[in-house]
Amino acid sequence: MKSVYDNEMKLEFLSKSNNEAFARITVAAFASQLDPTIEELADIKTAVSEAVTNAIIHGYEDAEGIVKVTARIFANTIEVEISDTGKGIENIDLARKPLYTTKANLERSGMGFTIMESFMDEVQIESVLGLGTKIKMKKMIKKIPLNEEMQELARQYRRQIS
Amino acid sequence: MEVNYEKEKKTLNIEITEEIDHHYADKLRRKIDNEITRYMPRKTIFDFNRVSFMDSAGIGMIIGRYKMMKLIGGDLEIKNANESVNKILEMSGIKKIIKIA
Ligand SMILES: Nc1ncnc2c1ncn2[C@@H]1O[C@H](COP(=O)(O)OP(=O)(O)OP(=O)(O)O)[C@@H](O)[C@H]1O
Ligand SMILES: [Mg+2]
Repeated sequence: MKSVYDNEMKLEFLSKSNNEAFARITVAAFASQLDPTIEELADIKTAVSEAVTNAIIHGYEDAEGIVKVTARIFANTIEVEISDTGKGIENIDLARKPLYTTKANLERSGMGFTIMESFMDEVQIESVLGLGTKIKMKKMIKKIPLNEEMQELARQYRRQIS
Repeated sequence: MEVNYEKEKKTLNIEITEEIDHHYADKLRRKIDNEITRYMPRKTIFDFNRVSFMDSAGIGMIIGRYKMMKLIGGDLEIKNANESVNKILEMSGIKKIIKIA
């Protein structure tokens, strides 16, 4: 079956904290085929690290479970999905708020979702209490600003295909 | 992590040498707290020259050590943070309370 994506990869690993580096480095290596800038690559790494860490420390807490990471490339966009089958998020709107954390005693700062949202173009959170959490993030690589001539070409092209 | 204590200046210099994520932050925190309680410095300086990566776990670790230094009447400074680490320091508001050289 042919995928609608240009490329796709999947990772599954135990919810151990020493897999955090493994996950973000692997996704960054996969993303590098889009030829991102150093800054874009750092943004992706950080966002993945946040979501994977959340799955490990909040999703599974002290229990052991499987964290799944899927990354897909379509044109110049990378999409990363990170999911756990842990305890789920009670209130998603609250969880997204800067500084909100349910683990302040463990020196968490409550900035994870805020970082994901500012480093990626889009962050979706799906979560069901007792069933788990899935984070879907997208980032477009190289949003080069178009000059006048290119903008006109893009307008003509859009008119043609619509 | 590499440690150097300047006795005359009562300054504890800590060079952090690994990526700061949740996994490493837990270890780092314990090691740094040991050094702080050992020397009771007036100032602690984190050198981020060799830190190529930091996520929100680093924010929690830094704020925790900042509070500890305040508690013993001292201060915390950060130097040599690269661009991506800087972005996180800025977003978290750490730059408003801690001196970044
Ligand atoms: N995968 C998950 N499963 C269950 N709860 C989660 C999950 N991810 C996040 N949460 C909840 O959302 C809250 C906010 O997450 P966020 O990453 O913003 O902050 P944090 O992890 O608490 O702190 P930080 O990321 O700054 O170390 C968490 O405290 C937790 O209650
Ligand atoms: Mg988090």
